[in-house]
Amino acid sequence: MAWEVVIGLEVHVELNTKTKIFCSCTTEFGGAPNTHCCPICTGQPGTLPKLNRKVLESAVMTGIALNCDITRYNKFDRKNYFYPDLPKAYQISQLYRPFARNGRVDITTRSGKKKSIGIHEIHMEEDAGKLVHSPFGDVTYPDWNRCGVPLLEIVSEPDFRSAEEVIAYLEKLKSTLQYLGVSDCKMEEGSMRADVNLSVREVGAPEFGTRTEMKNINSFKSIERAIAFESQRQIDCLEFGEEIVQETRRWDENRGKTYSMRSKENAQDYRYFPEPDIPPISISEEMIRTLTEAQPEMAEAKKARYMKDYGMSEKNAGILTGNKHFAQIFEETIALGADVTETTNWLMGHTLYLMGEKGVEADDLSIQPTVFAKFEDLIVSGRLNRTMGKEVFEKVFEGDPDFDVEGYIKENNLEAISDDSQVGAVVKEVLDAYMDLVADYKAGDEKLYGFFIGQCMMKLKGKASPALVNRLVKEEIERR
Amino acid sequence: MQITKELVGYVAELSRIELDEAQTEKMQQELGAIVEYMDILSTLDTTETEPLSHIFAITNVMREDEVRPSADNEDIMKNLPETEDGMPVVPRTID
Repeated sequence: MAWEVVIGLEVHVELNTKTKIFCSCTTEFGGAPNTHCCPICTGQPGTLPKLNRKVLESAVMTGIALNCDITRYNKFDRKNYFYPDLPKAYQISQLYRPFARNGRVDITTRSGKKKSIGIHEIHMEEDAGKLVHSPFGDVTYPDWNRCGVPLLEIVSEPDFRSAEEVIAYLEKLKSTLQYLGVSDCKMEEGSMRADVNLSVREVGAPEFGTRTEMKNINSFKSIERAIAFESQRQIDCLEFGEEIVQETRRWDENRGKTYSMRSKENAQDYRYFPEPDIPPISISEEMIRTLTEAQPEMAEAKKARYMKDYGMSEKNAGILTGNKHFAQIFEETIALGADVTETTNWLMGHTLYLMGEKGVEADDLSIQPTVFAKFEDLIVSGRLNRTMGKEVFEKVFEGDPDFDVEGYIKENNLEAISDDSQVGAVVKEVLDAYMDLVADYKAGDEKLYGFFIGQCMMKLKGKASPALVNRLVKEEIERR
Repeated sequence: MQITKELVGYVAELSRIELDEAQTEKMQQELGAIVEYMDILSTLDTTETEPLSHIFAITNVMREDEVRPSADNEDIMKNLPETEDGMPVVPRTID
């Protein structure tokens, strides 16, 4: 029997505003537990939450970028639940009138397949706190610093049919939100989290199968693995004539399996009602116009521009623009006068190599454009040859803004030797030392040529350009 | 809508409130009366009435994104029954 996997995603992203969604507490990471809290975000009686204007702007900006209809008149609702991650016993969210609906995200999968994924809705809400479990007793310590940090929940239609499509969508969302500058979207740090709703059905079946939900999986790789496992588990169930239970399942990264979570004592019954403390939000045509005009150049447009303006290959342009920070390093470096091809080559070559080697994500690259441009200048002018350059580039990659490339190569005696007479002297010295071999070479033993070059380079400690050494060796041999 | 004893028990459980037999009965009567009143309101013709989502006719009450000092940890912890090192102590949660 042929099966089809059907997936829908709920993605939570933390907005990078300075303050929380309904109070003026900082959203900064870290801090001692429960020190970024106030009477409002802990829901003390008599307090009045007030919406952060920046949250609304970031939200609408995102809605426009994801091709949504913006709800002109929207409001907040109260979702009631008792759980110690939220001291108020309710979360302010949007159920009845989310600010954005009916969007669309166009994706291209790794294998080149193009597809359009529907966005069902996006709503604004507040994050909950973190629960720290005691390693000893049977207690839990809530840390409410994250309570009230603004979130967008982006709910897709069940349009995905493979893990590959899911990853392409998440990468596109991440890139879009980063280009908009509204979120860092770092999965490892929890500023982007995905809940995966998954079901399987026979190919061609008109109805969806029963779905399960996997919550808060925290890396793209885990999402891929979790989807593979859960699809197969459901298919196995159905093939053995078992029924799928609609439930939340937890992904266990170490065991590579999902397992049923003990359901909370009560069925989910959130008793939503309109949030009485926050007046409705009316979004004006003018605000929509302003935010539409303020949309930055996104990855795709940037990629097309790089290809057109810089004659860059589609592959390179795609990698460079796939991450905002990566593209920024490129643009800032060439703005300082660095050569486009040279910059591209260092980024596509040694930078990607070092990222893989050291496990650095594009978001965390710390290459300083000023240092990078200076480095390239030394390469292009021939004062630093490419072999040595690779070594020096590791220092550039480390990202110290005060790193003095020129001083460093002088201090460590890495400067290229481009002086003909200096190199010529070394060539003479080598050929004098191996006079008998020079004679053999002249008699036809051609493979000795490489040996001469190697000896010269060794004496020059690799600091002369191979082309120059090559030319001088040739000339010198002819003279003999 | 009928307010049954079971419904009162269910809502009490969701609200983490313990009710004895007498209290449950009292709640059942009081909530019943409220819901009955709602039923009366529901008979009114509201086809011409705009739905109301907030009691005041105001919109867009917002603040600027400017950080202000949070409360002292001690003040936040003060109202909690049990704390340890600036954190509340609660029964261990499942997930």
